[in-house]
Amino acid sequence: MFHDKKDLEKRMRRVVVTGLGLVTPLGADVETAWKNIVAARSGAATITRFDATDFHTNYACEVKPADHEYGFDPNKRVDHKVQRQVDPFIVYGIDAASQALEDAGLTDMSEAERFRAGCSIGAGIGGLPGIESESLVLAAKGPKRVSPHFVHGRLINLISGQVSIKYGLMGPNHAVVTACSTGAHSIGDAARMIAADDADVMLAGGAEGAICPIGIAGFGQARALSTGFRDDPTRGSRPYDKDRDGFVMGEGAGVVVLEEYEHAKARGATIYAEVIGYGLSGDAYHVTAPHPEGSGAFRSMEMALRKSGLALEDIDYINAHGTSTPLGDELELGAVRKLFGSAMGGVSMSSTKSAIGHLLGGAGAVESIFCILAMRDGVVPPTLNLDNPSENCAGVDLVPHTAKQRKVRAVLNNSFGFGGTNASLVLRAI
Amino acid sequence: MSETADRVKKIVVEHLGVEADKVTEDASFIDDLGADSLDIVELVMAFEEEFGVEIPDDAAEKITTVKDAITYIDEHKG
Repeated sequence: MFHDKKDLEKRMRRVVVTGLGLVTPLGADVETAWKNIVAARSGAATITRFDATDFHTNYACEVKPADHEYGFDPNKRVDHKVQRQVDPFIVYGIDAASQALEDAGLTDMSEAERFRAGCSIGAGIGGLPGIESESLVLAAKGPKRVSPHFVHGRLINLISGQVSIKYGLMGPNHAVVTACSTGAHSIGDAARMIAADDADVMLAGGAEGAICPIGIAGFGQARALSTGFRDDPTRGSRPYDKDRDGFVMGEGAGVVVLEEYEHAKARGATIYAEVIGYGLSGDAYHVTAPHPEGSGAFRSMEMALRKSGLALEDIDYINAHGTSTPLGDELELGAVRKLFGSAMGGVSMSSTKSAIGHLLGGAGAVESIFCILAMRDGVVPPTLNLDNPSENCAGVDLVPHTAKQRKVRAVLNNSFGFGGTNASLVLRAI
Repeated sequence: MSETADRVKKIVVEHLGVEADKVTEDASFIDDLGADSLDIVELVMAFEEEFGVEIPDDAAEKITTVKDAITYIDEHKG
């Protein structure tokens, strides 16, 4: 099954993770967010950005304001003028990318190094709040009142653009747009750019900030959102539970520093993990519904594992896509079972979307960081609210309610998106 | 300092994210206050909103300093 690993090794350079950055509904730095995830806290609450009383749902996982216990202060790392001109997803992305670069100790690269350093930070939707509000300005006041920063303040590739300007990064400048697979594709694509010698260092990840009236209304009309837990929003995101009724929208960003292995070793960098497998596939089935046999999910995971050269038994943890939608969770679980077969008994699988909601374009990157921290700390994060698992869950360790101590040597991270786009990453400790 | 000057300076500080004491009447938006051409478009829009004046493109092009803005607004506001 894994026969082509040796050929690949001859041609491709090794890629490791040397920096992490997070902005999430449970914390705006890596350690705070992770501490809260492991402590089984939920970032869900009634929406504060606008009055959502009459919407399909009135709860989400918002990034908390600066004065909150684990809030986000944009003034720490994002220029005041930039903040005024761009949508929240770009602010989150710049901040997470800056954290990652600081963590890697790479904020002061020489010009020669910066020619070999790039950005691949995407988003699923981009500047929805700004598109909404400026459309209202256009309707009410006419074209001469639309902000001159409207376009470049909303475009998805403007996290990569802004970060490259902030740090002078002149290598590949790229942005993936594959809905909820964006974060995973961004890391996978950027890793390949380093492996193929296009760059030595890449900032890679994804962001989202689409909690606004048109965003909640749009996903609500697509029947994708959890709606039944207005009394206690923290119970809304409940992957694999019988009572799950849709996803809870999250927001934030996750960005990692990817670095060529020898480059990282030579400068004595802290190496968190190695990116060893990347798989991609298309469902070719339906715009929003997953393939009924989970075939796209299966092929994506299978490709990532094959590329990794690992045996199924080597994977200790799967961070599931697990959005808490009735159809999706079940199909992913089926595909995982089919792939892992008898190796299923040794693996833990959980969905951290139960705690921070669905970060859409940010999800795959944020969850990859949680996977890395699971390996670092020997603990797998829990699936919250898993009170009554679906029938299909029998015999699978879904880490209900509380985190679990266990050795984690290698991880699989899944992300699947609208349009039938699937991405899987395999990372290992090093 | 005139009331117009106060309000103009407040808008400049807010939009360009610069220290208030840098916004002198002689300060050039581009050379001294770090604005680019799009920032000028935005500032002109903000002046139009704040003072209820219309600043056509050809007039806007001639507004390069804080003083230019104050003078134009004082001459044209109702």
